[in-house]
Amino acid sequence: MIGNLDHSILQQLWWLIASVVGSLFLFLTFVQGGQTLIFTTASTEEEKSLIINAMGRKWELTFTTLVLFGGALFAAFPLFYATSFGGAYWVWMLILFTFIVQAVSYEYRKKPDNVLGARTYEIFMSINGSVGLILIGAAVGTFFTGSRFSLNLYNSVTWATPYHGLEAALNPFNLALGLFLVFLARILGAMYIVNHVDHENLVKRARKATWINLLWALPFLLTVLIGFATMDGFAVDPATGVVSLEKGKYLNNLLGMPVVLFLLLGGLGSVIYGVAATGFLGKNSGIWFGGIGTVLVGLAIFSLAGYNNTAFYPSITDLQSSLTIYNASSSKYTLTVMSYVALAVPFVLAYVAYVWKLMDAKKLSIAELTGEDADEMY
Amino acid sequence: MEDQLLTTVDWARAQFALTAMYHWIFVPLTLGLSFLIAFFESIYVKTGNEEWKKLTKFWMTLFGINFAIGVATGIILEFQFGTNWSNYSWMVGDIFGAPLAIEGIFAFFIEATFFAVMFFGWHRVSKGFHLFSTWMVAVGSNLSAVWILVANGWMQFPIGMNFNPDTARFEMQNFWEVALSPVAVHKFTHTTSSSFLLASLFVVGISALFLLQERHQKMAKRSMVVAAVFGFIASIFVAFTGDEAAFSVAQRQPMKLAAMEGLYVGQEKAPIIAMGIINSSKKPGDDLPAFYQEVKIPGLLSLLANRDPNSFVPGINDLVFGNAERNIVGAEQRMVTGKIALAELARYKYAKDKGDDTESAAALSIFDQHKGDLGYGYLNNPAEAAPPVATTFYSFHIMVVLGTLFPVIFLLVLYFAYKGTLEYQRWLNLACFFSIFLGYVASQAGWVVAEVGRQPWAIQGLLPVGVATTNIAASNVQTTFFMFLTLFTALLIAEIRIMMKQIKIGPEA
Repeated sequence: MIGNLDHSILQQLWWLIASVVGSLFLFLTFVQGGQTLIFTTASTEEEKSLIINAMGRKWELTFTTLVLFGGALFAAFPLFYATSFGGAYWVWMLILFTFIVQAVSYEYRKKPDNVLGARTYEIFMSINGSVGLILIGAAVGTFFTGSRFSLNLYNSVTWATPYHGLEAALNPFNLALGLFLVFLARILGAMYIVNHVDHENLVKRARKATWINLLWALPFLLTVLIGFATMDGFAVDPATGVVSLEKGKYLNNLLGMPVVLFLLLGGLGSVIYGVAATGFLGKNSGIWFGGIGTVLVGLAIFSLAGYNNTAFYPSITDLQSSLTIYNASSSKYTLTVMSYVALAVPFVLAYVAYVWKLMDAKKLSIAELTGEDADEMY
Repeated sequence: MEDQLLTTVDWARAQFALTAMYHWIFVPLTLGLSFLIAFFESIYVKTGNEEWKKLTKFWMTLFGINFAIGVATGIILEFQFGTNWSNYSWMVGDIFGAPLAIEGIFAFFIEATFFAVMFFGWHRVSKGFHLFSTWMVAVGSNLSAVWILVANGWMQFPIGMNFNPDTARFEMQNFWEVALSPVAVHKFTHTTSSSFLLASLFVVGISALFLLQERHQKMAKRSMVVAAVFGFIASIFVAFTGDEAAFSVAQRQPMKLAAMEGLYVGQEKAPIIAMGIINSSKKPGDDLPAFYQEVKIPGLLSLLANRDPNSFVPGINDLVFGNAERNIVGAEQRMVTGKIALAELARYKYAKDKGDDTESAAALSIFDQHKGDLGYGYLNNPAEAAPPVATTFYSFHIMVVLGTLFPVIFLLVLYFAYKGTLEYQRWLNLACFFSIFLGYVASQAGWVVAEVGRQPWAIQGLLPVGVATTNIAASNVQTTFFMFLTLFTALLIAEIRIMMKQIKIGPEA
């Protein structure tokens, strides 16, 4: 059945699948947000340990989703993988470095003889939650602001600046998107603490952290939204494949795809409700509104970049080198095979949700951190 | 420009070798120890004996420390294909990307989900579900090995695909040929069984240390027996799958086999070099002897390579310069064909770009006749088709010699455990402890054979490493090389220190 689909349908389907994985990753960055809260919301070592252990049961899911996001882009859009990773070299390398140091930090922080000391591993976590997310935001921002590259007849990439992607982090729109992601992750992290930790003082401060971080996020969110509403975008002529600059392209995309507008506004509304519910109404379920809202916002951002005849990885050096979901994708055969594989995703989500429910059925408390299994705690 | 690109290639290769070798310090222990922990916990659940639970938790702690750095060193490998090998990513991403994505969907999520239960679920889930989770971590870890080895197997033996001149890349034609490639199957069985062996050596070696120190003796002996049984069975599989893998190499990568044995001139009744000192000055086509000293076993290489002790095994010279008598087309001749293919591809692309259909059709027709040797067209000298012989030869022989030693150690452990005198065999316990390091040497040597032995190819016969790299100044890759070297070394030191401390604390803390 899937084999009968047009190549273009499969390309659109795979942009959607990659968008879903990417959006789920954005939700799961509550782990990164939680990692930055250890220096601002926790006031004692005990509270710090509670935050780290709460996040520590989920960090691998975030990490794995990032790896799957990369794998899905490699399999479905290899020209993007080759162009962006090979071209915007330093942005990706630095992102990877922040995730490398994160991966060991949970396990090593409290272990005796860990060489670098607990504080260093906590700083690693904080760097991952701040610098890592700013750079991811900057990388995603280039979907809208473009990058300086060109492709030759064999699709080999040449980057036009010696900074190899670092220039993206200095673009105000990209930077705003990155900082928005940082504060969004902190909001989600605080919501997860409220949902999962049994500690009155910490939870009280986490509730406050949700709306304070929302206030911090607002200017960056507004910068991004104003950018979407006003910036020129990279349109593709569906008949010829020629890329051109279009005035107000992303506003046109929002108006031309009301579903995406709904996803964006509904998502932001859901996050704001999650904050209100957690920060002011005393509810513990805000993480779910925040999480669903984040996924919807993520889907809206990726849809704005890739659908409605838009170049999702535009080149500002050579417009015709810009990548679209049509010229950057894998062959029809590979996308068909991968679509069959993707049928397993709901099953994966189901067992992840089941285990999540089992493991989170009981809140994390100091008693658990100091109990029989104290040596195994992070 | 060319010098600059060559330097970039060199640094990209060095970086990949560095990160892969660091990663491979941790992965085999994860693959094997996960199953050993599942065995220990199964015994605990079946017997209800708390000592087995303590044992399970002790090895789990070491597993967790190792697992974390394995994850940390692993992420860079996936993304390095894009950062340092972007031409590779485009040219074969249509095929190579799929196994990596499948690995994420089918394996990594199992590991990530059940890892949390394994470590933090003792009081949050039932005993049965905890055991199930431990098994799932073992299954998930080994499933991830399946898909990355499918990808690696395809690089060694590219099948199930075709070159598309319009997109200038290789595209998948048959997923099942890729997934069930015999090379992938051999790689998976050999790699996982050797990982089980290494993990068994680790458990036996650490337990032997406890016996030498006269600490935790009861638990140490229990661990040793379970691990020695597992390790001995794994050793048998390693030998069997190693033989199959070598046979597969002989059929599909004859140049690698010739390098593994330092065989320059093909011959019937080809010998295996049991021991030898390679002549490092030797080059393909010259008259220098291949070895300063060697001990041969006549006919054994022919037997292993073709299942016939009298058969002909081609040497490096045959494969570089050709051997008309044996109908072997050498790299020298294939370079000529490959350069025609490259020129016609360029003509085709140019004509297509200009909209000249007649010219493009003519170019495509010639290209199709020569495309089988496309990769050889990128070589500048036929001798480039030969891998570094000394590195490949020594790595192979170190791996084989050590691989032969390990089952003997496992058998001795089982024998003295049966006699009830294991704790008194100081020499054996010392040997067990030092075998941990030998196990790592053998494991790393195996990958050196596999990867150095396929040089100069990123994709065997189709894409040399020099063409696969990213068009980026060498200084960038050089900088990240040293960043990785510093970071991974620091993390390795931390890992070893933490491990040693946990071993010092022991299972009965």
